[in-house]
Amino acid sequence: MSSKTHNEKAWFLVLPVLILVAFSAVIPLMTVVNYAFQDTFGNNQFFWAGLEWFDDLLDSDRLWAALGRQLVFSGIILAIEIPLGIFVALHMPKKGVWSSVCLVLMALPLLIPWNVVGTIWQIFGRVDIGLLGYTLNALGIEYNYTQDFYAAWITVIVMDVWHWTSLVALLAYAGLRSIPQAFYQAARIDQASRWAVFRFIELPKMKGVLLIAILLRFMDSFMIYTEPFVVTGGGPGNATTFLSIDLVKMALGQFDLGPAAAFSLMYFLVIMLISWVFYTVMTNLDREDAK
Amino acid sequence: MAKITLDNLAHSYLPDPQNEDDFALKELNHDWDDGAAYALLGASGCGKSTLLNIISGLLQPTRGRILFNEQDVTYASPVERNIAQVFQFPVVYDTMSVQDNLAFPLRNRGHDAAYVASRVQSIAKMIGMEDQLKRKAQGLTADAKQKISLGRGMVREDVNALLFDEPLTVIDPHMKWELRTQLKGLHHEFGHTMIYVTHDQTEALTFADKVVVMHGGRVVQIGTPRELFERPAHTFVGYFIGSPGMNLLDAKIEGQSAYVEGTEIPLGAAYAPQAGRVQIGIRPEFVRLSSDGAGLPVRVRRIEDVGRHKIVRADFFGTEINAIAGEETRLDGDISRVVFDPANVNVYADDWRVAPNGEAA
Repeated sequence: MSSKTHNEKAWFLVLPVLILVAFSAVIPLMTVVNYAFQDTFGNNQFFWAGLEWFDDLLDSDRLWAALGRQLVFSGIILAIEIPLGIFVALHMPKKGVWSSVCLVLMALPLLIPWNVVGTIWQIFGRVDIGLLGYTLNALGIEYNYTQDFYAAWITVIVMDVWHWTSLVALLAYAGLRSIPQAFYQAARIDQASRWAVFRFIELPKMKGVLLIAILLRFMDSFMIYTEPFVVTGGGPGNATTFLSIDLVKMALGQFDLGPAAAFSLMYFLVIMLISWVFYTVMTNLDREDAK
Repeated sequence: MAKITLDNLAHSYLPDPQNEDDFALKELNHDWDDGAAYALLGASGCGKSTLLNIISGLLQPTRGRILFNEQDVTYASPVERNIAQVFQFPVVYDTMSVQDNLAFPLRNRGHDAAYVASRVQSIAKMIGMEDQLKRKAQGLTADAKQKISLGRGMVREDVNALLFDEPLTVIDPHMKWELRTQLKGLHHEFGHTMIYVTHDQTEALTFADKVVVMHGGRVVQIGTPRELFERPAHTFVGYFIGSPGMNLLDAKIEGQSAYVEGTEIPLGAAYAPQAGRVQIGIRPEFVRLSSDGAGLPVRVRRIEDVGRHKIVRADFFGTEINAIAGEETRLDGDISRVVFDPANVNVYADDWRVAPNGEAA
């Protein structure tokens, strides 16, 4: 009675996709899951470990300390880059040659590979040959990112701000450019102050791009590895050992595959969880506005 | 409230205008009477918004002065000029409630809360949004937003002038009539000087005491709707106003007669000989159809019945001549000629109306 053509071989058509997804996502992830629940002494001999690695990690200070550092780092760079990016965008030329020049200059840091950025700042900040490190010390300001906790943090934060504020600024600039001239004219007629123009016209119109900027910067900074690794190597001590640096130390430095795999899974879950919270808050805000 | 004087005003968007073509707004002298309602009518890009923005102070003119009550305000800001302006597309502050939107211009000027509340109430009533005052402005429909924009423009009582830049473009037709009527009512009640920019002739003619017609950056005529209808000063006014517009025919003028393709057409008055391109213009309302051998020979191409009258579209040596005939007029196949009412034939030389002998120019 069914007029549909029934083809037993049809599922072959989805096979390429299945294979691609399997090799690119499912199998690697499952390998990690596999490691997370087993112990090995090499020679491909595995022993079931259950939740032991997870228990160990959750009980140890190591994960919590790295997570704490990571949250503080992401919090600080968001608190600097978002307002600074908006500020820069507000003061960029709106048209003419200079606006193009600004856009190109702003885009430059975004085009530099992570490890090059790290190397630039590593050398820039060195006390013996680096322009920044040498000058600061010559001026009598004690600065040595390999020794001093605060110097290391400030260097890593300034580096990230240097590298990524452009992204926020460019997104905010795009948001600003989409505001029709009539809004500014109406505000002049209404005798709105500069602050009111920002608060009631520019900020609401930039909201969409700013939320994207926050999400992007949060996820990127939460996963940051290369730059601090090149500059401080996670030191001094564990001062700048963020989650991914700690993970690499554990997995490759100590070759603790089991705990590292468990760490990876929890790291992954934390990022998913926080991104989900961001997303939910964002969409809820939108819905509330529409009321 | 103020009388607004434009003194040798001209504007160019180019930094260094060389000749007249570089000017978006050609030199202009005009007084806008205190308390009158004007419509600024013209096609898109004719300079009407430029003129409006110069009056409101959003734009500084390249040349000339602008005076409010004889006081030079050429370089004064919109705030100093104390004007209100409503734009073509709705401008609302999305994050504010409707009520705060309406109150915003008043609060910025430091009015006390009781006064603000009472003004907001009466404006909300006028635009029909009393029940939505507490709601956020975001997510409202375009015409609701435009009503808020209009409300914000009208909320201040002491303005020198109220300027509207095609404010009803996004409003649906039914609401258009209602809001326009309310604007007129407001004008009668408070007597603000109002300038209303539009490209819609009906809107202009029903709103304004005087209509200012602009074409190619120039004011071509300022007059009452009746003057624009009977004596268009420029061929543009002739065909832009009226439906259909004025018929224009190349002609030769000799005294009290015009000759079109060899046919004599009597005129209402005598004219001096004209140089340049000479045309006669006649509104379709004054064109009569005839079948008795007098008048211009034409071929009727089409008859459109629009309900209250019929529009006859005829062809005369490649030029279209339109005539309006009463609904009861019997139109049969014999019509081969049109006759013009001599008193309503206007003469144009190079697009500008020529005054007949004896009429004050």
